[in-house]
Amino acid sequence: MEIIFLTFILVLSVFLGFELISKVPATLHTPLMSGANAISGITLAGAFLAAGATNNDMASWLGGAAVAFATINVIGGYLVTDRMLGMFKSKRGK
Amino acid sequence: MDIEIYTNLAYIVAAALFIFGLKMLGSPATARRGNVFSSMAMLIAVIAGLIGSQAVSYEVIIVGILVGALIGTLSARLVAMTSMPELVALFNGSGGASSLLVGWATLYYFEGDVVPTFTAATIVLAILIGGLTFTGSLIAYGKLSERINSAALVFSGQRVLNSALLLAIVACAYLFCIDPSATSVYLYALLGLALLLGVMAVIPIGGADMPVVISLLNSYSGIAACAAGFAVGNNILIVAGALVGASGIILTNIMCKAMNRSLANVLFSGFGAAKTAKAVEGEVKPISVEDAYYILEAASNVCFVPGYGMAVAQAQHVVKELGKILEANGCEVSYAIHPVAGRMPGHMNVLLAEADVPYEQLVEMDDINPRIENVDVAIVIGANDVVNPSAREDPDSPIYGMPIINVDQARTVFVLKRSMASGFSGVDNPLFFGENTRMLFGDAKESISGVIGEFG
Repeated sequence: MEIIFLTFILVLSVFLGFELISKVPATLHTPLMSGANAISGITLAGAFLAAGATNNDMASWLGGAAVAFATINVIGGYLVTDRMLGMFKSKRGK
Repeated sequence: MDIEIYTNLAYIVAAALFIFGLKMLGSPATARRGNVFSSMAMLIAVIAGLIGSQAVSYEVIIVGILVGALIGTLSARLVAMTSMPELVALFNGSGGASSLLVGWATLYYFEGDVVPTFTAATIVLAILIGGLTFTGSLIAYGKLSERINSAALVFSGQRVLNSALLLAIVACAYLFCIDPSATSVYLYALLGLALLLGVMAVIPIGGADMPVVISLLNSYSGIAACAAGFAVGNNILIVAGALVGASGIILTNIMCKAMNRSLANVLFSGFGAAKTAKAVEGEVKPISVEDAYYILEAASNVCFVPGYGMAVAQAQHVVKELGKILEANGCEVSYAIHPVAGRMPGHMNVLLAEADVPYEQLVEMDDINPRIENVDVAIVIGANDVVNPSAREDPDSPIYGMPIINVDQARTVFVLKRSMASGFSGVDNPLFFGENTRMLFGDAKESISGVIGEFG
């Protein structure tokens, strides 16, 4: 039943994703891409499970590396997107 | 049980914020706030994930976060805007690596218990797609930063090798799922094969097709997060991963359409590796900076057409300066941007925004083409294939059918170019031999600075 439930979520999310981002002006292609890229660092929420939940050394190492990689993706992705969008914004004010 | 309910409630809030954030990213007025919404969603999801994981030791987690935050912050702050495509590729690769590691580490979670086949299959998917994203992004990074040759690499037997690779992956995946364990040899084989697959998938793709590759890898990193979400049974990973996967596919599709090619053609054809025999005959008419100045001084409608060469020469600031001078001279100035100009979706928009070019002066291909005949001077800066008239006229040309900016129909065309080398597709460009074309050879930044000097 769990599998069915998760697949249900997956299918709805995919359709939602297509609906959300069907029309984006070319100016925003890069920020959209890097913003979406930051979201893909959501693996971080799963990485905690791997990093801290067992006493196995190997699992901790793998999990720790997963946490580090995902954090790079999240923090870097959001900051870069904000930096880009900041440039777009500043000149509209003028 | 209580904690699980709370974390899941938090995930619902996070999912809603992600959806709002992405929606707002699609419109210029709300984009920045959208990004903030989405980062708040991430914060909520991460805190909930941390509490919900019921970790027994926090040391590794804290070290991991600190290291990641340091690297992420420094690279996002310090890297120049012109290096944005390779930076995005690297961030993307870390997302993929993380999904791979989460999938792998999940195996240890079972500590000798039987791993359900479904979980084993999703672990395989997380490792495969995550590994593919990781090494694929690294190769894309190498090509974008010119650390490795950015041309398409095609060799004989490539297809046979790739088919063998895929077969080996399927076989190992099957054997692993029969008896999944953290010590299975097939697990290690899969790890290696997945990393190799990423390399093999990206090397046959040439530099000019990078916008497609980057958006596709972006999509993969979302799908990898999704697979990792199935492996650890976490629904926020599935929702967020699916949203990213879908948005990446939409962008990929836009890029493919802008080149009038199918995704399969971009991925497998090794486009640009084979030189076409057909050469264009004609005489090139060079022009000096001084003559260029006289023509521009008299022009009343000038349109800049930037390409990757502008990014390489870092010429966006002088281009904008020249634009301002021309405007002060009573001239109408616009910047025509082809959807696949540059090395990532929207690359030129970002560079021109960095140089503070007014938003209203940026025009898209479909808007400029109908009125290109009224343009006195079209200035092509480091663009080649996206202004190649062969795409319109020569059915034998490899880029035939690709929509282009019809600069050859403007009254005069200046082409700023280093030398007479052909573009990334390796196709000769009849534009350079056109009746109304003048070639301004040399570094784009220096040439434009020279013209500005004449105005001064």
